[in-house]
Amino acid sequence: MGGFNTALFFDMKSNREIINLYSLTLRVPIIFWQLLFFVGPVLFMVAMSFFLVKNYRMMEAFEFINWTKMFSKNYFWDSYWFTLFIAFISTLLTMVIAFPASFTLAFRVSENFRRWAIFLLIIPFFTSYLVRTFSWYVILAEKGVVNALLSYINLGPFIMLNTHIGTLVGYMTLTLPLVIILQTVTMANIDKNLIEAAYNLGCKPYFIIQRVIIPLSKTGFIIAAIFCFILSFGDFVAPFYLGGSQEPTLPILILDTTKSGQQWPRAAVVAIVMMVTLFAIAFIGIMTAYSKSFKNDKR
Amino acid sequence: MTKDKFYNLILKFYLFFIFVFIFTPIAFSIIFSFNSQRFPTIPLGNFSLEWYIKIFNDAEIWQAAINSVIVSSITCLIATFLGFCTAYSDYRYRFKFKGIYLALVLLPPTIPLIILALAMLAWLSKIGMSGQLWSIICAHSVLTAPFAMAIIRLRLNQMDPDLEAASWNLGGSEWATMRNVILPYCKPAIISSLCLTAAVSFDEFAISWFVSGLNKTVPVIILEIVQGNIDPQVNAIGTFVFFTSITLVITAQIFFLTWQMKGKK
Repeated sequence: MGGFNTALFFDMKSNREIINLYSLTLRVPIIFWQLLFFVGPVLFMVAMSFFLVKNYRMMEAFEFINWTKMFSKNYFWDSYWFTLFIAFISTLLTMVIAFPASFTLAFRVSENFRRWAIFLLIIPFFTSYLVRTFSWYVILAEKGVVNALLSYINLGPFIMLNTHIGTLVGYMTLTLPLVIILQTVTMANIDKNLIEAAYNLGCKPYFIIQRVIIPLSKTGFIIAAIFCFILSFGDFVAPFYLGGSQEPTLPILILDTTKSGQQWPRAAVVAIVMMVTLFAIAFIGIMTAYSKSFKNDKR
Repeated sequence: MTKDKFYNLILKFYLFFIFVFIFTPIAFSIIFSFNSQRFPTIPLGNFSLEWYIKIFNDAEIWQAAINSVIVSSITCLIATFLGFCTAYSDYRYRFKFKGIYLALVLLPPTIPLIILALAMLAWLSKIGMSGQLWSIICAHSVLTAPFAMAIIRLRLNQMDPDLEAASWNLGGSEWATMRNVILPYCKPAIISSLCLTAAVSFDEFAISWFVSGLNKTVPVIILEIVQGNIDPQVNAIGTFVFFTSITLVITAQIFFLTWQMKGKK
């Protein structure tokens, strides 16, 4: 590395801002693009929640009527608590169901096997969720595959569609692969010596998980849970097609209000409430994830 | 020791069961697409190509397929370009408000699709852009650019920072370095990102449904069919959709894994 070379390199890493045509060409286009197609829409939606609707036409205004109307409706609050509840249950269940699988992938298989497993788990995450949900609809139906199989051993038929079970299966179709990947990667990165040390000091397997593995994976696990919660909270397909939508979740409420009622401003109110809730939960989660005050953190 | 083996067996069996759960809907969708029953169940009916013939003769589905191909191929180009620029800016420069800059790019996928869909619908109607294929493309590029950014950023991480400086020392301008050093180095990541963003765009239904108007894409057609009734056509369309996105995702992964392994050596 020559002197000139090093100088350039240092300039690159210094805090001095380099502004020229080159750097701006690379940096600026996306700012405009995101302002136009991301910040613009979101801010406009916030503004829209104050608009009025008269004779099925939206009028620009600054009134709080949509907010007061929505907040005074019982069905809105029922839906709000129900969505929080079902997304919470979904997160809890997915994290618990995923854990043994991730544990196996992280500690009980070869690195090659793990790589292939993650390779496979990425595939469903990027393939049509809609078609997978429809497939579950047929599989879980009263005369579907699951009940047909159960009838051979004289069980059932169980009604799974239009219940919370249906909704949760749908949510898990979406979240389980992602959660397993995140949990596995987190646990695979734990220093194996720490686990071995605990084992050599006579720690029982259950306590190794509780006292060593889980505290060391705290950050990754909370991130996984946040993603799981966001995906469940915002999904309308599972509760609509598999859950039967008698108890509408907030996304279904948005859908109904927008599509049938032409009440875009009220849908915007619901959307904003959802966003604020999600940000609050993600914020609390991230603060917990990176906080140092965990009793087992001293090592 | 035997106890440990016993646990091992149970855990592996559990893992297998989880994989079955994850891949069951994909597998049955494909199986049912060749099944003659109107309401598919076990035992299976006869082998039949009925549903494929039906969709093959449906002009609306053809149009949707063309729309989907247009939308996802333009989206992947825009998203990869934007993702590359952001990844490079993040890799090479420090600047004021970089945190905000990165948040601006990375946030969209964390917002539920239904909310983005509503916001897009309202905004695009306001600026007179709704109901066209372009509306879907713009929305999808915002949604998928972060994926492109993440993949390309990982690749840039592996690049020796002296490589760029060496090229400048040898008299190459910044632009020439970009063209002859950085872009070739990032090529596998760029291909990965093109495939992955195309796959996401190809499968996205919420935003497409809200902003597409009459220009329906394949997922929107599926959504509309599913709303009506049980119709095994969906399985036939779904099988096509699966194979398209699985091919794209696997191609992306092969390129990704190839350079990941090379990077380790």
